[in-house]
Amino acid sequence: MDIQQLIQRDETCWEIPAKGPMRVPAIIYADVPLLQAMDDKVYQQITNVAALPGIIQAAYAMPDAHWGYGFPIGGVAAFDPEEGGVISAGGVGFDISCGVRTLHTGLTFADLHGHQQHLADELFRTVPAGVGSKGKLHLNHNDMLGMLHGGAKWALDQGFGEIQDLERTEERGCMAGADPHYVSTRARERQKDEMGTLGSGNHYLEVQRVAEIFDPAVARTFGLKVDAIVISIHCGSRGLGHQIGTEFLKDMALAAAQYRIALPDRELACAPLDSPLGKQYLGAMRAGINCALANRQIITHLTRQAVAAVFPGARLDLLYDVSHNTCKLERHTIAGRKQDVYIHRKGATRAFGPGHPELPLIYRDSGQPVLIGGSMGTSSYVLCGTQAAEQRSFSSACHGAGRAMSRHQATKQWQGRDVMTDLAAQGIIIRSPSLRGVAEEAPLAYKDVSAVVDVAHQAGLAKKVARLEPVICIKG
Amino acid sequence: MTPYWEHFEHDADIGIRGIAPTLAQAFEQAALAMTAVITDPDRVLAETAVSIQCSAPDPEWLLVDWINELIYAMAVRSLLFSRYQVTIDQDRLSAVAFGEAVDREKHQPAVEIKGATFTELHVYQRDDGMWLAQCIVDV
Repeated sequence: MDIQQLIQRDETCWEIPAKGPMRVPAIIYADVPLLQAMDDKVYQQITNVAALPGIIQAAYAMPDAHWGYGFPIGGVAAFDPEEGGVISAGGVGFDISCGVRTLHTGLTFADLHGHQQHLADELFRTVPAGVGSKGKLHLNHNDMLGMLHGGAKWALDQGFGEIQDLERTEERGCMAGADPHYVSTRARERQKDEMGTLGSGNHYLEVQRVAEIFDPAVARTFGLKVDAIVISIHCGSRGLGHQIGTEFLKDMALAAAQYRIALPDRELACAPLDSPLGKQYLGAMRAGINCALANRQIITHLTRQAVAAVFPGARLDLLYDVSHNTCKLERHTIAGRKQDVYIHRKGATRAFGPGHPELPLIYRDSGQPVLIGGSMGTSSYVLCGTQAAEQRSFSSACHGAGRAMSRHQATKQWQGRDVMTDLAAQGIIIRSPSLRGVAEEAPLAYKDVSAVVDVAHQAGLAKKVARLEPVICIKG
Repeated sequence: MTPYWEHFEHDADIGIRGIAPTLAQAFEQAALAMTAVITDPDRVLAETAVSIQCSAPDPEWLLVDWINELIYAMAVRSLLFSRYQVTIDQDRLSAVAFGEAVDREKHQPAVEIKGATFTELHVYQRDDGMWLAQCIVDV
């Protein structure tokens, strides 16, 4: 991206002033190297978002922003329903409520010694991953309704998990206002055998070692110590979310003219929040969030089973569960006034600061755990929310690294087998049903997540707490 | 000229493109390009037939619908497709997709496709008379 077209507000904050159809400015959080590497499409997409009806304050791009669909991935925008604000299927994306959850294991790196292969095999055997994988669960009509209404809470009622998991999940594990009525038969059909599956692409389950602590006090609250072993799960709402996204994207794009919304890009498809279509999408999307929460909850249960087979008695307590593709109604302070607005986060993580009433008591003083996934073979990070982010980004931070290279380029450059051998030499065990999938997800095909996290920290979007290194990666 | 397919670059995802003398053949090739995102189409036997119908207000919408119909059929039937027969009459498409059940050992499927997008979506007849049909698929 050409830096000349931006006004630098501080070290990591760059503004595109409102011009032309833009209703508000656009703000990009990045340093010079990240900006220089950022796609020009991010400029175009974030200014398009800034032109949508009812947008408030500014359209924000996180340090990991890259070319997305309508919204850039790493895009954050708030809309006021009182001012003709919109909800956008493109602003949430095809993988509704994709997110990360991290579990403590109570084990140390030394405990793993001699058991890595066994644990990798157990996890790979127990947690379905990859194209065409099906879960053991088959949902009938009533199960599906219960799941879409109840999210992780439903999963718990089915015996998947422990009661304390819920308070460490956003929305206490159950997104209110879900309306399964607007989840099509096709979306349900696509999901009925997919509960408790990881999916493919950049989704994974990873056993990680806490390699570095940046903030000892918060790390203590989060239960993180150097050499502790944690397990992170990255996945979303599977076929159900994809189908909801597909259907509403089309419906919204076709209905835009009727709502007199000029779409600079069909992918920005949106509808007024108070319109029938906007409300239908909101109901369906919230059901999609519940599907993702239930899915990660079931995978948590399977993970506990797999770990117990190798380490009987190990306790896997949840650190936290975050979603990074959502639209949520939240109360924020805007121009000194508390206001209820709809925040789209597309490839961005909610990052509530200390004192936020939505946080469980255990994290009320520290701020929310913000879980940033790396790519296979690279570090992941745990950050915590800040109060400053409320003003800077509607309490939002980055979500991951983003690709540096297309899948096609990656497969030309690497063979899956070689990638696995290289990682094995670094002590990282990979299990995947597809060698080509491994090549496409090669670590060097991704940007450096550390640079992204450093900028998020410097910009005050979230504070660095710990760095995690992969030990075992189950790749979808 | 012989129909063919190719992929084109996108940061996070992948572009599929079919080029052929007729619109219907360009749609068949675009669908083959989609299969190739997942696996090598030559590894997939054409032993099971699935019929597909859709309609849309213009050829670009029709391409997105066509690809999304295939994604849905693959997902709920656990199939991969290696051959397509498409006919297009005005705004209506009817097709038969031939394939076989996903075999993870044999097909080594790399990635699951979430949906067809409007990004880089183009369907038109080129100056040389060939039809081009393309879009990005989200994986």
